[in-house]
Amino acid sequence: MSRKPYVREVPKTTWYMRNGRYMRYMAREVTCVFLALYMAGLVIGLVRLMQGPEAWQSYLAGLSSPVAILFHLIAFGFACYHATSWFNVTPKAMRIPQGDGFVPGKTIVGAHYGLWGAASLVIIVLMGVL
Amino acid sequence: MAKSNKPIVWGLFAAGGTISAFVVPAMILVTGLLVPLGVFGEDAMSYERMTAFLGNWIVKVVLLGVVILTLWHAAHRLRVTAHDFGIRSDGTIAMGVYGFAGLFSVIALFAVLAI
Repeated sequence: MSRKPYVREVPKTTWYMRNGRYMRYMAREVTCVFLALYMAGLVIGLVRLMQGPEAWQSYLAGLSSPVAILFHLIAFGFACYHATSWFNVTPKAMRIPQGDGFVPGKTIVGAHYGLWGAASLVIIVLMGVL
Repeated sequence: MAKSNKPIVWGLFAAGGTISAFVVPAMILVTGLLVPLGVFGEDAMSYERMTAFLGNWIVKVVLLGVVILTLWHAAHRLRVTAHDFGIRSDGTIAMGVYGFAGLFSVIALFAVLAI
């Protein structure tokens, strides 16, 4: 047994800051905070809608405030990062047999991106015609 | 074989991650940016339109599904990520994050049913 074992120092709370790969990992994990905050805001909106026209009107006014716009801009960025990081690993979770091998990963990722685009378009168009 | 709740926890986490990846970016874009900035006109999310929209049972069920699964996904991911940020009290963290998700899920359920 070595009398002076090498102990690599790993700072518990800042370890991910010294490597781009770790930073991207943490950014991916932190996307959940913005998803949760957005959903909480949406639920508050549902409550305001339930309370009546005046409550809803003040909620809408809040959504137009610079702070709300800034939050949603940042949340939109994190939500997109969540989506791309999630779809990019789908081949790891889905192994679809095809002939002697499997459906190539690129096809699976591509299908997810296609569906993402279609779903987004439906939501935006739905809002436009509503 | 030992019983474990991991498959359920993980299944819901994955379901929430998938559904939120497909719909949340567009939802934020519409409700948080385009409508407040007036792209869809003055009464895009007017009280009348929103109550009519949410009067539909399919809309109620789909919206609740998206909200609850996304909240669950976020809670579970944050619980695991707390460890990466150097927080080691998993029990407290679990109560906090699942409590937050549970509370807002229940509020959403009551609000959507009442609209």
